[in-house]
Amino acid sequence: MSDSPARATIRRLLRHRLFVTGLALFLIVLVLAALAPWITTVDPTKLSIRAKFKPPSMDFVFGTDNLGRSLWSRTVWGARLSVEIGVAVVVLNAIFGTLVGAISGYFRWADAPLMRINDALMAFPAILLAIGITAVLGPSTENVILALAVVYIPRTARIVRASVLVLREMEYVQAAVAAGAGHARILRTHVIPNALAPLIVQLSFLFAYAVLTEATLSFLGLGAVPPTPTWGNIMAEGRQYMIEAPWIITIPGVLLMITVMGLNLLGDGLRDVLDPRLRLQA
Amino acid sequence: MGRLLLLRLAGAVPVLLLVSVVSFGLMRLIPGDPSAAIAGLSATPRMVAQIREQLGLDQPLLTQALHWYGGLLQGDLGRSILLGQSVFWSTMQRLPVTMALSAYALAITLVVGIGAGVLAALRQNTWVDQAAMMVAMLGISVPNFFLGLLFIIWFAVGLGWLPTGGYIAFTDSPWGWFQTSTMPAVSLALLNIGLLARITRSTMLEVLRQDYVRTARAKGLPRHLVVGKHALANAMIPITTVVGIIVSLLVSGSVVTETLFSIPGIGQLLTSAVLGRDYPMVQGGLLLVTALLVLVNLGVDMLYAVLDPRIRYER
Repeated sequence: MSDSPARATIRRLLRHRLFVTGLALFLIVLVLAALAPWITTVDPTKLSIRAKFKPPSMDFVFGTDNLGRSLWSRTVWGARLSVEIGVAVVVLNAIFGTLVGAISGYFRWADAPLMRINDALMAFPAILLAIGITAVLGPSTENVILALAVVYIPRTARIVRASVLVLREMEYVQAAVAAGAGHARILRTHVIPNALAPLIVQLSFLFAYAVLTEATLSFLGLGAVPPTPTWGNIMAEGRQYMIEAPWIITIPGVLLMITVMGLNLLGDGLRDVLDPRLRLQA
Repeated sequence: MGRLLLLRLAGAVPVLLLVSVVSFGLMRLIPGDPSAAIAGLSATPRMVAQIREQLGLDQPLLTQALHWYGGLLQGDLGRSILLGQSVFWSTMQRLPVTMALSAYALAITLVVGIGAGVLAALRQNTWVDQAAMMVAMLGISVPNFFLGLLFIIWFAVGLGWLPTGGYIAFTDSPWGWFQTSTMPAVSLALLNIGLLARITRSTMLEVLRQDYVRTARAKGLPRHLVVGKHALANAMIPITTVVGIIVSLLVSGSVVTETLFSIPGIGQLLTSAVLGRDYPMVQGGLLLVTALLVLVNLGVDMLYAVLDPRIRYER
């Protein structure tokens, strides 16, 4: 009996056509990322000048680039990096976004200072701030994750704060206060669990933004350093040859699109099922 | 109204102050010595020392901060290393380009986004609705640089209709501006069209269910008046709040779009500053662009108050 609400939610999700489509699209990318070491036989950085600019064929499923590197290997390893970065940014947001949002929404004294800092960070255009941070720290995977976390945590914190502001006034919270529960316990057992639905919805969209922004940064030359393949830097390198070898930019571009669309559909579905109040906010 | 403006201005001041602190602090976070990074690998210690002195990095942090804020008060954001020009003027020179491009993209976004959203809401659950929402989903999922590359392949190289890049100012040749700006503006607009169409659809659906819309219909008003005068006018209020976000997204998007289409705007200026380690330019440009966006949002807030009298009497 106790697991029936969870089961009911899952059943409703699986009946949601868009959610299932999104899940399927995202799973394609997740499977590629997870199996990268086993489904690629060629080193993604291995040069082979004789095999350069090969269009997709039986030998090279996705073709080769200007240096004869296998695009199958490169995009699959790129998928792995995108997923790793997405997961890292989502986890950092889940932890710090919840922390900042919960403290700000729950303790009145903390609200104004924390939200002013939040407002200032959100005032920067997302990509410009991310570029500024990676420029200062130097281009690397870790720094991209850090930059994306700094850019997106304020946005997550806002959403958590909004739910906590409402939950704080609930009768069961007042009852817990009256029963002598401490702030930490109230937050942990009564407030945060009830703020999870909008957070989960936000995190699925955030995963999409993180993957997209990472690709943009590495397209501009500010992501992981080549020869490490990322979808963004594969496209940046392929840009010079996009007329003769359009597959170099098209394959990672389409995979990027599949990932982002899958996560957006997933987020829409989660929002419809978990948090119907939010449906009107599109 | 004046009171509200003052209130919002007062709210913007701490944000701007913190934005300036972040911009200042960012350059001080550079690990190691930025002067060495700027000077490059082949620089002699003397050259590095010279750059350090030029940037004021040999001074204590407090002196640097005082210098930075002293300059800010006089509208002096420092000097760009790459361009040898003041940061303020190099940004101001490129501002009209980015503004023209953003305005073009914003106009496309508003017309197509609101149009598609309203149409989808009026034909809810028909193929029109589904097609519009599918295109909107595609819009928010296609990376704008990928779309830009595809546009170049199709329309510039394949069909030869438009130039692959470059920029002609509107004042030099309106037709040339239109030709050079259309692909970048459309690829910038698509994400925002998707967002706006989705939001417009859901607010319209809500508004169409309201009693006053039913009343308007019941008293026999023609459909276009019910939709235009009663429903859309009220739906515009939440839609306006999104415009501030859209402007910020357009500026973000212009970074990569301008680089892709070689348009000499602020996005390209800052990208090349970042790649060329022109830290004063990055610091000052970031502050200036963000301050302008804060002002845009202030304007959107005021517009919101004009559209919705309830806001004006709040508190």
